[in-house]
This record gives sequence, structure tokens and C-alpha cells, in this order.
Amino acid sequence: MRQSLYILIFFAAGVILGMTGLLPEPITRTDYTKYALYLLMLLVGISIGADNKAFLVLKSYGMRLFLVPLVTITGTFAGVIPVSLLLEHISIREGLAVGAGFGYYSLSSIIITELHSEVLGVVALLSNVIREILTLILAPLMAMVFGKLAPVAAGGATSMDTTLPVIARASGKQFAIIALFHGIVLTILVPVLVTFILTAFGS
Amino acid sequence: MIEIILLFSAGIFIGLFFRRKARVIYWMERGILWSIFLLLFLLGLSIGLNPEIMQNLPSLGVRALVLTLGGVAGSLLAALLLWKLFFRKTI
Repeated sequence: MRQSLYILIFFAAGVILGMTGLLPEPITRTDYTKYALYLLMLLVGISIGADNKAFLVLKSYGMRLFLVPLVTITGTFAGVIPVSLLLEHISIREGLAVGAGFGYYSLSSIIITELHSEVLGVVALLSNVIREILTLILAPLMAMVFGKLAPVAAGGATSMDTTLPVIARASGKQFAIIALFHGIVLTILVPVLVTFILTAFGS
Repeated sequence: MIEIILLFSAGIFIGLFFRRKARVIYWMERGILWSIFLLLFLLGLSIGLNPEIMQNLPSLGVRALVLTLGGVAGSLLAALLLWKLFFRKTI
């Protein structure tokens, strides 16, 4: 939670500094982002490979666990497609790419900015921040109306860290394990799915 | 951008050699956090420098909200179905 706040502060500081136009030209023109993104992908990969929590959870619950992230993905995409048709400026491909952030706003917005456009990157950032906030606030209501897996699904990739505490409180402690596994699987899939959606079948 | 997937997979492969090394995981997480700080700062910078985005921020916010509501609603309904079919009786 506190980390999310710091991330948004860094983002806001960047926006404000950019607006003032105080920065010398060479700094703003060079594309550092790409290399920082490469570094980030390598580090996220290593931390996932080195962490064996997911294997341990899988051993105790079995393959049924994979149904939860699968359902989050299909449900999210099924919900995003009709609203993309509704939105004048968002194509289905763009809508799916934003949806495939599953709340992991930092990574998804950066990849979308690199692969597609800054405009869609901003939409992805806002949309996935909203997803995290909605889950943080509404987890108890979601569990009551849509069953105890609902806050896990709504949390998306964040169900392994930022929204884990509220999920455990709303659904019960035994769901923390499911939420952890679910979040790890989605965290792995975010870069893969976003890249695939934006680049597959020609753009 | 096959590089993203390649670096990511290479990372996971490298990580397998450092299983359960708490210190490695700790430093990776620090590194991730600071690269996210840096990247979001740079993203903010490019957005602040882009008048097209700054002028359209409210309408971009509406698009983001609508997409989120669609995605979350879909995932909630799918989760309800899964809960009723596979989990309710056994948890």
C-alpha cells in the first residue's frame, strides 16, 4: 500500500517536472525507458524464478488452483470487449491490452507505452490503478455478493501483494494461499499477454 | 517486442538457480521497486511533456474507468461461476 503511494508520487513528480519544461532537451529526448524496462523484466523474472512459494502452494491444492487465474483472465476479457465496443476511441485490441494489466499498473502501462502509444499507456495506468483501489475498498462487498473467490479475481495480479490483506479479511485466511498463487500466475502472464495482444496478428 | 518476453524468460531461468536464497530475492525486490520508481517517473515526464495527453486527461480517465468497470464486472461474474461449480462445497 505504501509502495503504491510512492510509485504514484514518482509518477506525479515526473508529470509536474515535464509540464514545467525545465528539463534540458537531451534528457527528454533520449529513450532511457526501453533499457530501464529491459532491466525491470529481467529482475521480475529472476525474483519469480527464485521464489518457490508458488510451487509449494500448488503441491497442497493441486491443479484446480489454475482455474482461478484462468477464470480471472477470461472474465476480464469477456467484460472488456463489450465496453471497448462502447468506447469510441478504444479498439478491442487496445481494450484487451489495458485489461491484461490485471491491476499491475506499473508494468502494463510501461509496456503499453513502449509498444503502442503514450495515450494508451496513460489509460492503462489509470485503469489498473482504479482496479486496485476498487478491490481494496469493495473486497468485503464482492465476497458477499459474488462468492469468496470474487475479491481474488478482482484483485488480479495484485492479489499476491497489495490487495492480499483485504482479500484475507474479506474471504478468510485460507483464501490468502489461493490469492498468492493467483497473483503470481497473473504477474507472470501480464507482460506475456500485453505483448502478445499488441503485436500478434499484425498491428 | 520479443525482447521483453525473452529477458523475462531468461530471468525466470536464472532465478531457478537461486531458489530459496532469501538475500537474492530481497535484492531483486529492491531493484524492481527502484526500477519501477524510475520508469514511472520517466513515464510521468513524457506525459507532462505531451500537451495532447494533458489536455485530454479527463476523457482518458473516463475511458480508463469504463474499461476497469467492464473488466472487473466480467471477472466477478466468472469468479461467481467458478465458486459455485468447484469451490463452495470443498472449502
